[in-house]
Amino acid sequence: MENKNLKFTPLHDEHVSLKAKMVPFGGWDMPVQYDGILKEYEYTRRGVAIFDICHMGEFLVFGDAVESGLDNLVTQKIADMPVGTCRYGCMLNDRGGIMDDLIVFRKAEQEWFIVVNASTTAKDAAHFQKHLSPKAQFKDISSQTGKIDIQGPLSRDVMKNFAPGIEKLEFYSFGMFKCLGEEVLISRTGYTGELGYEIYMPWSKAADFWKALLKDARVKPAGLGARDVLRLEVGYSLYGHELNEEKTPLESSLTRFVNFDKDFIGKNALITQKNIGLNEQVIGFTALDRRSPRAEQKLFAQDGSVIGVVTSGSFSPALIKGIGLGFVKTGYAKQGTSIFFGEDKSKNPAIVSSRIFYKGGSLKQ
Amino acid sequence: MEIIEHYHYTKDHEWVCIEEDLVVVGITDYAQSSLGDITFVELPAVDTEVEQFEELASVESVKAASDIFSPLGGKIVDVNHNLEEEPGLINRSPYDRGWIAKIVASDMDQLGNLMNAEEYESFLATEQE
Repeated sequence: MENKNLKFTPLHDEHVSLKAKMVPFGGWDMPVQYDGILKEYEYTRRGVAIFDICHMGEFLVFGDAVESGLDNLVTQKIADMPVGTCRYGCMLNDRGGIMDDLIVFRKAEQEWFIVVNASTTAKDAAHFQKHLSPKAQFKDISSQTGKIDIQGPLSRDVMKNFAPGIEKLEFYSFGMFKCLGEEVLISRTGYTGELGYEIYMPWSKAADFWKALLKDARVKPAGLGARDVLRLEVGYSLYGHELNEEKTPLESSLTRFVNFDKDFIGKNALITQKNIGLNEQVIGFTALDRRSPRAEQKLFAQDGSVIGVVTSGSFSPALIKGIGLGFVKTGYAKQGTSIFFGEDKSKNPAIVSSRIFYKGGSLKQ
Repeated sequence: MEIIEHYHYTKDHEWVCIEEDLVVVGITDYAQSSLGDITFVELPAVDTEVEQFEELASVESVKAASDIFSPLGGKIVDVNHNLEEEPGLINRSPYDRGWIAKIVASDMDQLGNLMNAEEYESFLATEQE
């Protein structure tokens, strides 16, 4: 299944030489697995793994938090962020629908670094340019910026030789570090529920970083397959699954990343929705056995009526059970509710549960 | 990819091994490798009848579910209960400890609809192109 339109990250040759299985993802040819999803999952939960995340988009904005229009583009307040910290939030359309979820980094008083999803980068760049004030300066640096995530309880140990001073980084903060002769941005963030870092380097240097990290025998490469299981076990949303332009952060259960004390595009729609009440919302659910839900399957009530749809599903190695996220009618969102997932002719029992399925991660160690 | 000389194969990558008065059925090394880590196997009920190429079982890997079709018709007389707790046996030992079901075949002439090892090897070569 060759697709000539797929883009390659600067690590593509590395993946091929590691014999990774490649799949299309958000317009990119990406490694889904190297040694196997379960092995790579274990490397990340017990040791340390690296992930090619070069496909994601990065923007720079220069200007005052509020006057630039940046604060108005994001559901979180950014004006009060200390320099050197990052904040997760959403960017909404006028209807309150989620255009993307993103992380804002405050590099300096008037310098902002924004990380967005791969498949939405072009759309997001256009939206930023449309809504930023003419006084603000905007740069899409996605094509010059490589990104490698290093995740797992041993990641600090590996990184302290690589980026001296990294031990001081607190959760959701970042700094500039001298690594392999480059000044690079490293944040203590991730998508796995484990202690970990995300390294942003020049696109042309990404392969050097990848190879240097793999020289440490403890470090293993991990693909998007493991990454998806890891993020789902800790209940993180994936754009295009739990999040899309037809759903608001209230429906997607991201209310805690919305600050109603400030203005942002889509706020009025959210207030209206808040007053009317939600029709549906994202829940976590746990299967009773190993059989696992899959995205786009239906969710059923006890009486067999359709109450929603699965947005993400997988086998959970931590629980040895199937786990999933999905939208259900609000009346079925209570934890402990018995539901079914599957198709009309094969329904499998599950229980509505916390969306944080795995709580033993090293995230804040 | 490992292929066992005296087994018979389907285009859906199931294998059948003839023992004295019954046949053992499973999925091939190629199939387990394409599926990746197997996390769940739905086994058929013992004593039920199955037609050739009819759905026999289903297997789930971390990311997907696939149906397994019976290489021969007949009566299911045993299933591999070890797969309930240890579905990864299919990954580790697809041709032996990862067997799925034992069937008393109703018509051994149906073997004519299957491939031998050599034919399956050429078939795999065309699949991988």
